[in-house]
Amino acid sequence: MTAPPKARDAWLSRLVQAAFLAGLALVWYLAATRWGVNRLLLPNPVAVAQDLFEILRSGEYIDDLETTLGELAAAFSIAVAGGLATGYLVSRSPYLTKVFEPLFAGLYAIPIILFLPLFVLFFGLGPASKIAIGAAISFFPITLNTIAGFGGVDRLYVTAARSMGASDYHLFRFVLVPAALPVILTGLRMGFTTALLAIIASETLASFAGLGHRIVSLAESMEIAPMFAYIVFVIAIAAILNAFVSTLEARGRRNR
Amino acid sequence: MEEVAIRVRGVSHQFGEAGEQRFVRALLDTSLDVSRGELLCLIGPSGCGKSTLLNVIGGLTQPSAGAVDVLGKPVRGPLPCDIAFVFQENALFPWNTVIENIELGMTFQNVPRSQRATRAQASLDAVGLTDFAAHYPAQLSGGMRQRAALARALSLETPILLMDEPFGALDEQTRMILGEDLSVLLARSGKTIVFVTHSLGEAVFLADRVAVFSARPGTIKEIIAVDEPHPRKPEFVTSEKFAALRNRLYGLLHDEIRKAVLQSGLAAGPVASGPL
Repeated sequence: MTAPPKARDAWLSRLVQAAFLAGLALVWYLAATRWGVNRLLLPNPVAVAQDLFEILRSGEYIDDLETTLGELAAAFSIAVAGGLATGYLVSRSPYLTKVFEPLFAGLYAIPIILFLPLFVLFFGLGPASKIAIGAAISFFPITLNTIAGFGGVDRLYVTAARSMGASDYHLFRFVLVPAALPVILTGLRMGFTTALLAIIASETLASFAGLGHRIVSLAESMEIAPMFAYIVFVIAIAAILNAFVSTLEARGRRNR
Repeated sequence: MEEVAIRVRGVSHQFGEAGEQRFVRALLDTSLDVSRGELLCLIGPSGCGKSTLLNVIGGLTQPSAGAVDVLGKPVRGPLPCDIAFVFQENALFPWNTVIENIELGMTFQNVPRSQRATRAQASLDAVGLTDFAAHYPAQLSGGMRQRAALARALSLETPILLMDEPFGALDEQTRMILGEDLSVLLARSGKTIVFVTHSLGEAVFLADRVAVFSARPGTIKEIIAVDEPHPRKPEFVTSEKFAALRNRLYGLLHDEIRKAVLQSGLAAGPVASGPL
């Protein structure tokens, strides 16, 4: 029996994606071995893979991973709590929406990472400054999508619920939240991704620990192969986290 | 027992204030009595305020002037124990299954949990959707969605049902079948019903009386009685009586529709899409 066309299409896309990545690795390999690119700039991928296995085997990554994920968890929690609450409150009033939505959208558009020195001055070189900047950056997509989610609920649903006697609690729990959920989940996913980016980026710029810090310190001591191994490691972690969050988002969106 | 279920006295309604761009006088000094167990159709050109009147009766819109009594009580807000709505568009919650939608309505109405499942099942059976309880609205056809919306309204067991162009978005054949089923269903229920439509045939087929609205600012121009027992037979549609009534309605409406079209052409303001 052949797979249904949809499933086959999905497999085919996966195959093309895998082939693309394999092609990229091949170009890397050829560039490092045949085309004479300086080993300090581009180490042999085989050496990088060996270093990666060594890193995974020895478990030396655990402290840095813990630092980064701990910062991420703290920053994201703060941003979720603040963003959902702010977004909901703003969405309740057309006036507040008119005032604050453009304001938040404007602030979201500026590269907040530029304020990292300020965050470091306020919160020090430790995890606190990473948590603060991660939370500040991921606050905006969460807030904006919460405003859009609650603001975009079809009036007819509210009218219908009211006509059947829905209380404020009923309206919130059974109408507003489920109606707004898909848009809010997208905001949460975007906030999660931006928090991760901001935290790793700020670790590379000013910190004592974390995966970003490790990559930069390896670069500074010219240990290029382990540096690449760590980069691959961070990409893998980011991909896993992203897949996890996207799955949660898709679950929340089903049946629409 | 009072014989009048709904009493509308001198109701006017406007959207916005005089001079504003969105200012619309939707209803002008409308009075109307609906008896218990009667099915009254409101018919008129688009934007004549028939939906506004329905929302005023249901307590979803506070009128600018005038008053409405329902079962002897003044209407100041929604009366979920007395009045249930069926809306034109799909007002089922898309994130709930059909049965969840029906039970949620009863949750809002504070029906004890123990009764919800039985009543939901009974109303689903009544509209012929027994096998579709676990479907989501998006998985149903437009006609089935409106049956589900009707089931939700029936499960609330209110003496009054307000229907705002419930079949307006459906094709002619589906509309006809739903009209026939509705006539049978409602003849048994003894409910008082106000039904907004812009279909002449639907009005004559379903109604005990048809109230014809004038163009904006809308008010009732004439009320026509349809003296035919319920449930109506499909043969009624082909009878001479039906044709005569339909023609009379057409005559009454024709001028008003011309006026309404002219209005919306001249002032491209909000016509039917004003706030609820």
